[in-house]
Amino acid sequence: MLGQWTLDSKAQAPLGQSQDNWIPLTKDQVHDPRGPGLSELQDPGAGLFELPPHQSGNRVLWAKALDRGAISPRRSLTPNESSKVQVLDMDVLLDLRGSMAVVRFPHKIHTQWLACDNCHDALFKSKVGETKISMYNILQGEQCGLCHGSVAFPLTECSFCHSVERPAPKWRMSQ
Amino acid sequence: MKRWLIWVVLGMSLVSLSAQGEYGDVVLNRYADKAGVRPVVFPHWFHRLRFTCNVCHAEGGFKMRAGSNDITMGEIVDGKFCGMCHNGEIAWSAEFCHRCHSGRPGLAGGFYGSQDPSGPSGGGDFYQRRH
Ligand code: HEC
Ligand code: HEC
Ligand code: HEC
Repeated sequence: MLGQWTLDSKAQAPLGQSQDNWIPLTKDQVHDPRGPGLSELQDPGAGLFELPPHQSGNRVLWAKALDRGAISPRRSLTPNESSKVQVLDMDVLLDLRGSMAVVRFPHKIHTQWLACDNCHDALFKSKVGETKISMYNILQGEQCGLCHGSVAFPLTECSFCHSVERPAPKWRMSQ
Repeated sequence: MKRWLIWVVLGMSLVSLSAQGEYGDVVLNRYADKAGVRPVVFPHWFHRLRFTCNVCHAEGGFKMRAGSNDITMGEIVDGKFCGMCHNGEIAWSAEFCHRCHSGRPGLAGGFYGSQDPSGPSGGGDFYQRRH
Protein backbone atom coordinates (compact mmCIF):
# COMPACT_ATOMS: atom_id res chain seq x y z
CA MET A 1 0.00 0.00 0.00
CA LEU A 2 2.84 2.32 0.79
CA GLY A 3 4.13 2.04 -2.79
CA GLN A 4 0.74 2.96 -4.14
CA TRP A 5 0.41 5.89 -1.84
CA THR A 6 3.76 7.25 -3.04
CA LEU A 7 2.72 6.89 -6.65
CA ASP A 8 -0.57 8.64 -6.08
CA SER A 9 0.93 11.54 -4.20
CA LYS A 10 3.38 12.06 -7.04
CA ALA A 11 0.65 11.98 -9.64
CA GLN A 12 -1.30 14.59 -7.75
CA ALA A 13 1.58 16.98 -7.24
CA PRO A 14 0.54 20.05 -9.21
CA LEU A 15 4.11 21.08 -10.00
CA GLY A 16 7.55 19.90 -9.28
CA GLN A 17 9.81 16.96 -9.90
CA SER A 18 12.29 14.81 -7.99
CA GLN A 19 15.37 16.52 -6.59
CA ASP A 20 17.39 13.65 -8.10
CA ASN A 21 16.91 15.24 -11.51
CA TRP A 22 19.69 17.68 -10.64
CA ILE A 23 23.33 16.85 -9.99
CA PRO A 24 24.31 17.57 -6.35
CA LEU A 25 27.18 20.03 -5.81
CA THR A 26 29.50 17.31 -4.50
CA LYS A 27 29.24 15.44 -7.83
CA ASP A 28 28.98 18.26 -10.36
CA GLN A 29 32.74 18.28 -11.10
CA VAL A 30 32.78 22.06 -10.87
CA HIS A 31 32.72 22.34 -7.07
CA ASP A 32 35.62 20.86 -5.11
CA PRO A 33 34.07 18.05 -3.01
CA ARG A 34 36.73 18.74 -0.34
CA GLY A 35 35.87 22.42 -0.16
CA PRO A 36 34.95 23.35 3.42
CA GLY A 37 32.13 25.65 2.26
CA LEU A 38 30.25 23.03 0.25
CA SER A 39 28.05 21.82 3.09
CA GLU A 40 26.83 25.40 3.57
CA LEU A 41 25.62 25.71 -0.02
CA GLN A 42 22.27 24.65 -1.45
CA ASP A 43 22.00 21.88 -4.06
CA PRO A 44 20.23 23.03 -7.24
CA GLY A 45 17.61 20.29 -6.82
CA ALA A 46 16.63 21.57 -3.37
CA GLY A 47 16.21 25.11 -4.69
CA LEU A 48 14.44 24.32 -7.95
CA PHE A 49 12.32 21.17 -7.64
CA GLU A 50 9.09 22.93 -6.74
CA LEU A 51 9.10 25.29 -9.72
CA PRO A 52 7.23 24.63 -12.99
CA PRO A 53 9.19 21.74 -14.56
CA HIS A 54 10.95 21.62 -17.89
CA GLN A 55 13.39 19.25 -19.58
CA SER A 56 16.30 21.52 -20.46
CA GLY A 57 18.41 24.32 -18.95
CA ASN A 58 17.77 24.59 -15.23
CA ARG A 59 14.85 22.12 -15.72
CA VAL A 60 12.57 24.97 -14.79
CA LEU A 61 10.29 27.23 -16.82
CA TRP A 62 11.46 30.53 -15.38
CA ALA A 63 8.91 32.63 -17.23
CA LYS A 64 6.07 30.55 -15.87
CA ALA A 65 7.53 30.60 -12.35
CA LEU A 66 7.56 34.39 -12.48
CA ASP A 67 4.13 34.63 -14.06
CA ARG A 68 2.54 32.41 -11.41
CA GLY A 69 4.22 34.27 -8.58
CA ALA A 70 6.12 31.12 -7.56
CA ILE A 71 9.17 33.42 -7.35
CA SER A 72 9.34 37.17 -6.87
CA PRO A 73 12.91 38.29 -7.51
CA ARG A 74 13.84 41.76 -6.36
CA ARG A 75 13.99 44.28 -9.23
CA SER A 76 16.47 46.77 -7.78
CA LEU A 77 18.53 47.59 -4.73
CA THR A 78 17.76 51.31 -4.61
CA PRO A 79 14.47 53.17 -5.12
CA ASN A 80 16.19 55.44 -7.61
CA GLU A 81 16.98 52.50 -9.82
CA SER A 82 13.55 50.90 -9.59
CA SER A 83 12.06 53.79 -11.56
CA LYS A 84 14.29 52.81 -14.49
CA VAL A 85 12.88 49.32 -14.89
CA GLN A 86 9.53 49.07 -16.59
CA VAL A 87 7.65 46.35 -18.39
CA LEU A 88 6.99 46.80 -22.12
CA ASP A 89 4.23 44.61 -23.55
CA MET A 90 5.07 44.51 -27.25
CA ASP A 91 5.74 41.54 -29.52
CA VAL A 92 8.04 41.78 -32.52
CA LEU A 93 7.81 39.24 -35.34
CA LEU A 94 11.15 38.23 -36.84
CA ASP A 95 12.51 35.91 -39.51
CA LEU A 96 9.54 36.63 -41.74
CA ARG A 97 11.10 35.03 -44.81
CA GLY A 98 12.75 31.97 -43.28
CA SER A 99 11.64 28.38 -43.71
CA MET A 100 10.94 27.73 -40.03
CA ALA A 101 7.91 29.10 -38.21
CA VAL A 102 8.07 32.89 -37.72
CA VAL A 103 9.87 34.08 -34.56
CA ARG A 104 7.86 35.97 -31.97
CA PHE A 105 10.00 38.08 -29.66
CA PRO A 106 8.00 39.07 -26.57
CA HIS A 107 9.29 42.26 -24.92
CA LYS A 108 7.11 41.57 -21.91
CA ILE A 109 8.91 38.60 -20.38
CA HIS A 110 12.30 40.10 -21.25
CA THR A 111 11.52 43.41 -19.56
CA GLN A 112 10.26 41.57 -16.49
CA TRP A 113 13.84 40.40 -15.98
CA LEU A 114 16.01 42.98 -17.73
CA ALA A 115 16.41 46.73 -18.19
CA CYS A 116 16.13 48.23 -21.69
CA ASP A 117 19.83 49.08 -21.79
CA ASN A 118 20.84 45.46 -21.28
CA CYS A 119 19.98 44.99 -24.97
CA HIS A 120 19.55 48.46 -26.53
CA ASP A 121 21.49 49.56 -28.43
CA ALA A 122 24.64 47.53 -27.94
CA LEU A 123 23.15 44.13 -28.83
CA PHE A 124 20.05 45.18 -30.78
CA LYS A 125 19.09 48.52 -32.34
CA SER A 126 15.81 50.00 -31.10
CA LYS A 127 14.22 49.99 -34.54
CA VAL A 128 12.64 46.86 -36.02
CA GLY A 129 14.67 45.57 -38.96
CA GLU A 130 17.81 47.55 -38.17
CA THR A 131 19.70 44.58 -36.72
CA LYS A 132 20.48 41.60 -38.89
CA ILE A 133 19.93 38.59 -36.67
CA SER A 134 21.11 35.20 -37.87
CA MET A 135 20.98 31.67 -36.53
CA TYR A 136 24.71 31.49 -37.21
CA ASN A 137 25.42 34.35 -34.78
CA ILE A 138 22.98 32.96 -32.23
CA LEU A 139 24.69 29.54 -32.27
CA GLN A 140 28.01 31.31 -31.67
CA GLY A 141 26.65 32.72 -28.42
CA GLU A 142 25.92 36.18 -29.82
CA GLN A 143 22.63 38.11 -30.13
CA CYS A 144 19.78 35.97 -28.66
CA GLY A 145 22.40 33.27 -28.02
CA LEU A 146 24.23 35.39 -25.47
CA CYS A 147 21.62 34.54 -22.84
CA HIS A 148 19.86 31.60 -24.52
CA GLY A 149 22.51 28.93 -24.11
CA SER A 150 24.12 30.34 -20.98
CA VAL A 151 21.41 31.44 -18.52
CA ALA A 152 17.99 31.52 -20.20
CA PHE A 153 16.37 28.47 -21.86
CA PRO A 154 18.80 26.88 -24.33
CA LEU A 155 18.79 26.75 -28.13
CA THR A 156 17.47 23.19 -28.21
CA GLU A 157 13.98 24.69 -27.66
CA CYS A 158 13.44 25.74 -31.31
CA SER A 159 9.67 26.05 -31.00
CA PHE A 160 9.72 28.46 -28.06
CA CYS A 161 10.97 31.14 -30.47
CA HIS A 162 9.80 29.77 -33.83
CA SER A 163 6.25 29.78 -32.59
CA VAL A 164 4.06 31.44 -35.23
CA GLU A 165 3.03 29.10 -38.04
CA ARG A 166 3.24 30.51 -41.55
CA PRO A 167 0.16 30.38 -43.73
CA ALA A 168 0.33 27.31 -46.00
CA PRO A 169 1.86 28.08 -49.40
CA LYS A 170 -0.60 28.65 -52.24
CA TRP A 171 0.20 25.48 -54.15
CA ARG A 172 -0.75 23.40 -51.16
CA MET A 173 -3.99 25.26 -50.52
CA SER A 174 -5.16 24.63 -54.06
CA GLN A 175 -4.80 20.87 -53.66
CA MET B 1 14.80 24.03 -41.99
CA LYS B 2 18.36 23.75 -43.13
CA ARG B 3 19.84 20.28 -42.66
CA TRP B 4 23.03 21.38 -40.95
CA LEU B 5 21.06 23.23 -38.35
CA ILE B 6 19.26 20.07 -37.28
CA TRP B 7 22.59 18.34 -36.71
CA VAL B 8 24.00 21.25 -34.79
CA VAL B 9 20.98 21.36 -32.51
CA LEU B 10 21.00 17.58 -32.01
CA GLY B 11 24.68 17.77 -31.21
CA MET B 12 24.03 20.44 -28.61
CA SER B 13 21.56 18.26 -26.80
CA LEU B 14 24.07 15.40 -26.71
CA VAL B 15 26.85 17.59 -25.42
CA SER B 16 24.58 18.90 -22.71
CA LEU B 17 24.33 15.38 -21.30
CA SER B 18 28.05 15.23 -20.58
CA ALA B 19 28.35 18.85 -19.45
CA GLN B 20 28.59 19.25 -15.69
CA GLY B 21 27.72 21.95 -13.22
CA GLU B 22 24.25 23.46 -13.01
CA TYR B 23 23.07 25.37 -16.07
CA GLY B 24 24.30 28.97 -15.75
CA ASP B 25 27.16 28.30 -13.33
CA VAL B 26 30.12 30.61 -14.01
CA VAL B 27 33.65 29.96 -12.82
CA LEU B 28 35.68 33.10 -12.10
CA ASN B 29 39.38 32.40 -12.14
CA ARG B 30 41.45 35.31 -13.38
CA TYR B 31 43.41 35.48 -10.16
CA ALA B 32 42.16 32.86 -7.72
CA ASP B 33 44.33 29.90 -8.77
CA LYS B 34 47.43 32.07 -9.05
CA ALA B 35 46.75 33.50 -5.61
CA GLY B 36 46.45 30.00 -4.13
CA VAL B 37 42.70 30.02 -3.40
CA ARG B 38 40.00 27.87 -5.02
CA PRO B 39 38.32 29.37 -8.11
CA VAL B 40 34.97 31.09 -7.52
CA VAL B 41 31.74 29.39 -8.63
CA PHE B 42 28.88 31.83 -9.24
CA PRO B 43 25.44 30.15 -9.49
CA HIS B 44 22.99 32.08 -11.71
CA TRP B 45 20.09 29.81 -10.72
CA PHE B 46 20.45 30.68 -7.01
CA HIS B 47 20.67 34.43 -7.58
CA ARG B 48 17.87 34.71 -10.15
CA LEU B 49 15.47 33.19 -7.65
CA ARG B 50 16.12 36.35 -5.60
CA PHE B 51 17.02 39.14 -8.05
CA THR B 52 16.24 40.01 -11.66
CA CYS B 53 19.11 40.18 -14.13
CA ASN B 54 19.21 43.98 -14.34
CA VAL B 55 20.18 44.23 -10.65
CA CYS B 56 23.61 42.84 -11.47
CA HIS B 57 23.89 43.55 -15.19
CA ALA B 58 22.56 47.14 -15.26
CA GLU B 59 22.40 48.54 -11.72
CA GLY B 60 25.51 46.62 -10.64
CA GLY B 61 28.72 46.71 -12.60
CA PHE B 62 28.65 43.20 -14.09
CA LYS B 63 29.32 43.16 -17.83
CA MET B 64 27.35 40.42 -19.57
CA ARG B 65 30.33 38.62 -21.00
CA ALA B 66 32.04 35.67 -19.38
CA GLY B 67 35.54 36.60 -18.26
CA SER B 68 35.14 40.32 -18.94
CA ASN B 69 34.81 41.45 -15.32
CA ASP B 70 38.06 42.18 -13.53
CA ILE B 71 37.17 41.40 -9.90
CA THR B 72 39.49 41.60 -6.90
CA MET B 73 38.83 41.11 -3.20
CA GLY B 74 39.68 44.76 -2.60
CA GLU B 75 36.75 45.83 -4.77
CA ILE B 76 34.40 43.30 -3.20
CA VAL B 77 35.19 44.62 0.28
CA ASP B 78 34.65 48.15 -1.12
CA GLY B 79 31.09 47.17 -2.08
CA LYS B 80 31.61 46.58 -5.79
CA PHE B 81 30.69 43.44 -7.82
CA CYS B 82 29.73 40.63 -5.42
CA GLY B 83 30.31 43.11 -2.61
CA MET B 84 27.27 45.20 -3.59
CA CYS B 85 25.28 42.49 -1.77
CA HIS B 86 27.78 40.34 0.09
CA ASN B 87 28.35 43.05 2.67
CA GLY B 88 26.63 41.58 5.72
CA GLU B 89 23.41 43.47 4.93
CA ILE B 90 21.75 42.18 1.77
CA ALA B 91 23.69 38.90 1.98
CA TRP B 92 26.40 37.41 4.18
CA SER B 93 29.73 39.22 3.98
CA ALA B 94 33.07 38.49 2.31
CA GLU B 95 34.44 36.79 5.41
CA PHE B 96 32.81 33.48 4.35
CA CYS B 97 35.58 32.78 1.86
CA HIS B 98 34.74 29.14 1.15
CA ARG B 99 31.18 29.75 0.06
CA CYS B 100 32.42 31.65 -3.01
CA HIS B 101 35.84 30.01 -3.38
CA SER B 102 34.33 26.55 -3.82
CA GLY B 103 35.57 25.43 -7.27
CA ARG B 104 37.93 22.63 -8.14
CA PRO B 105 41.48 24.00 -8.34
CA GLY B 106 42.63 24.51 -11.92
CA LEU B 107 39.20 25.02 -13.51
CA ALA B 108 39.24 27.46 -16.42
CA GLY B 109 36.97 30.48 -16.11
CA GLY B 110 33.69 30.58 -18.04
CA PHE B 111 30.23 29.03 -18.16
CA TYR B 112 29.65 25.43 -17.21
CA GLY B 113 26.62 23.23 -17.54
CA SER B 114 25.62 25.10 -20.68
CA GLN B 115 24.60 23.87 -24.06
CA ASP B 116 27.44 24.20 -26.50
CA PRO B 117 26.37 26.55 -29.27
CA SER B 118 29.23 25.49 -31.52
CA GLY B 119 27.96 21.95 -31.92
CA PRO B 120 29.26 18.42 -31.38
CA SER B 121 32.92 19.13 -32.04
CA GLY B 122 33.16 22.19 -29.84
CA GLY B 123 32.31 20.51 -26.56
CA GLY B 124 34.29 18.26 -24.33
CA ASP B 125 33.78 16.75 -20.97
CA PHE B 126 32.85 20.17 -19.84
CA TYR B 127 31.70 22.81 -22.08
CA GLN B 128 33.23 26.13 -21.12
CA ARG B 129 31.94 29.20 -22.73
CA ARG B 130 34.43 31.94 -23.44
CA HIS B 131 34.34 34.63 -26.07
C1 HEC C 1 22.32 41.46 -6.08
C2 HEC C 1 22.90 40.93 -4.88
C3 HEC C 1 24.00 39.89 -5.00
C4 HEC C 1 25.16 39.93 -5.74
C5 HEC C 1 25.62 41.06 -6.65
C6 HEC C 1 25.85 38.72 -5.50
N1 HEC C 1 25.15 37.94 -4.62
FE1 HEC C 1 25.64 36.06 -4.01
N2 HEC C 1 23.97 36.01 -2.86
C7 HEC C 1 23.06 37.03 -2.69
C8 HEC C 1 22.06 36.63 -1.72
C9 HEC C 1 20.87 37.46 -1.25
C10 HEC C 1 22.40 35.34 -1.31
C11 HEC C 1 21.66 34.50 -0.27
C12 HEC C 1 22.13 34.92 1.07
C13 HEC C 1 21.50 34.15 2.18
O1 HEC C 1 20.94 33.08 1.92
O2 HEC C 1 21.59 34.62 3.31
C14 HEC C 1 23.61 34.97 -2.04
C15 HEC C 1 24.25 33.76 -1.92
C16 HEC C 1 25.40 33.40 -2.60
C17 HEC C 1 26.03 32.10 -2.54
C18 HEC C 1 25.53 30.92 -1.72
C19 HEC C 1 24.55 30.09 -2.51
C20 HEC C 1 24.02 28.95 -1.68
O3 HEC C 1 24.06 27.82 -2.18
O4 HEC C 1 23.61 29.19 -0.55
C21 HEC C 1 27.16 32.16 -3.28
C22 HEC C 1 28.16 31.04 -3.53
C23 HEC C 1 27.24 33.48 -3.83
N3 HEC C 1 26.13 34.21 -3.42
C24 HEC C 1 28.26 33.93 -4.64
C25 HEC C 1 28.30 35.18 -5.21
C26 HEC C 1 29.39 35.66 -6.02
C27 HEC C 1 30.64 34.87 -6.34
C28 HEC C 1 29.05 36.90 -6.44
C29 HEC C 1 29.84 37.82 -7.35
C30 HEC C 1 30.31 37.25 -8.60
C31 HEC C 1 27.75 37.21 -5.87
N4 HEC C 1 27.33 36.15 -5.13
C32 HEC C 1 27.06 38.39 -6.07
C33 HEC C 1 23.07 38.23 -3.36
C34 HEC C 1 24.02 38.64 -4.27
C1 HEC D 1 31.04 36.88 -2.30
C2 HEC D 1 32.00 36.01 -2.88
C3 HEC D 1 33.43 36.01 -2.34
C4 HEC D 1 33.82 35.84 -1.03
C5 HEC D 1 32.93 35.62 0.17
C6 HEC D 1 35.25 35.87 -1.03
N1 HEC D 1 35.73 36.03 -2.29
FE1 HEC D 1 37.68 36.11 -2.85
N2 HEC D 1 37.11 36.47 -4.76
C7 HEC D 1 35.82 36.50 -5.23
C8 HEC D 1 35.83 36.75 -6.65
C9 HEC D 1 34.61 36.84 -7.54
C10 HEC D 1 37.19 36.88 -7.02
C11 HEC D 1 37.76 37.06 -8.43
C12 HEC D 1 38.09 35.66 -8.92
C13 HEC D 1 39.00 35.59 -10.10
O1 HEC D 1 38.67 36.14 -11.15
O2 HEC D 1 40.07 34.94 -9.98
C14 HEC D 1 37.96 36.70 -5.81
C15 HEC D 1 39.35 36.74 -5.76
C16 HEC D 1 40.11 36.45 -4.66
C17 HEC D 1 41.57 36.43 -4.64
C18 HEC D 1 42.49 36.76 -5.81
C19 HEC D 1 42.37 38.22 -6.20
C20 HEC D 1 42.76 39.16 -5.12
O3 HEC D 1 42.02 40.11 -4.88
O4 HEC D 1 43.78 38.92 -4.45
C21 HEC D 1 41.94 36.07 -3.38
C22 HEC D 1 43.35 35.90 -2.85
C23 HEC D 1 40.72 35.87 -2.61
N3 HEC D 1 39.63 36.11 -3.42
C24 HEC D 1 40.68 35.51 -1.28
C25 HEC D 1 39.53 35.52 -0.52
C26 HEC D 1 39.50 35.30 0.92
C27 HEC D 1 40.74 35.02 1.78
C28 HEC D 1 38.21 35.40 1.30
C29 HEC D 1 37.65 35.34 2.72
C30 HEC D 1 38.18 36.31 3.65
C31 HEC D 1 37.42 35.63 0.12
N4 HEC D 1 38.25 35.71 -0.96
C32 HEC D 1 36.03 35.73 0.10
C33 HEC D 1 34.66 36.32 -4.49
C34 HEC D 1 34.64 36.13 -3.13
C1 HEC E 1 23.79 38.30 -8.68
C2 HEC E 1 24.31 38.82 -9.91
C3 HEC E 1 23.79 38.31 -11.23
C4 HEC E 1 22.48 38.17 -11.61
C5 HEC E 1 21.21 38.45 -10.81
C6 HEC E 1 22.51 37.72 -12.97
N1 HEC E 1 23.79 37.60 -13.40
FE1 HEC E 1 24.40 37.12 -15.28
N2 HEC E 1 26.34 37.17 -14.71
C7 HEC E 1 26.77 37.42 -13.41
C8 HEC E 1 28.20 37.15 -13.34
C9 HEC E 1 29.06 37.29 -12.09
C10 HEC E 1 28.61 36.75 -14.63
C11 HEC E 1 30.02 36.35 -15.10
C12 HEC E 1 30.79 37.55 -15.53
C13 HEC E 1 32.22 37.26 -15.84
O1 HEC E 1 32.59 36.09 -16.08
O2 HEC E 1 33.03 38.22 -15.87
C14 HEC E 1 27.41 36.79 -15.48
C15 HEC E 1 27.42 36.52 -16.84
C16 HEC E 1 26.29 36.56 -17.63
C17 HEC E 1 26.27 36.41 -19.07
C18 HEC E 1 27.47 36.21 -19.97
C19 HEC E 1 27.31 34.99 -20.84
C20 HEC E 1 28.44 34.76 -21.76
O3 HEC E 1 28.38 33.77 -22.49
O4 HEC E 1 29.40 35.51 -21.79
C21 HEC E 1 24.97 36.50 -19.46
C22 HEC E 1 24.40 36.43 -20.86
C23 HEC E 1 24.18 36.68 -18.27
N3 HEC E 1 25.01 36.73 -17.18
C24 HEC E 1 22.81 36.77 -18.28
C25 HEC E 1 22.03 36.90 -17.14
C26 HEC E 1 20.59 36.83 -17.16
C27 HEC E 1 19.74 36.62 -18.39
C28 HEC E 1 20.19 37.01 -15.88
C29 HEC E 1 18.79 37.01 -15.33
C30 HEC E 1 17.98 35.86 -15.60
C31 HEC E 1 21.38 37.20 -15.07
N4 HEC E 1 22.48 37.10 -15.87
C32 HEC E 1 21.37 37.46 -13.72
C33 HEC E 1 26.00 37.89 -12.37
C34 HEC E 1 24.61 37.94 -12.36
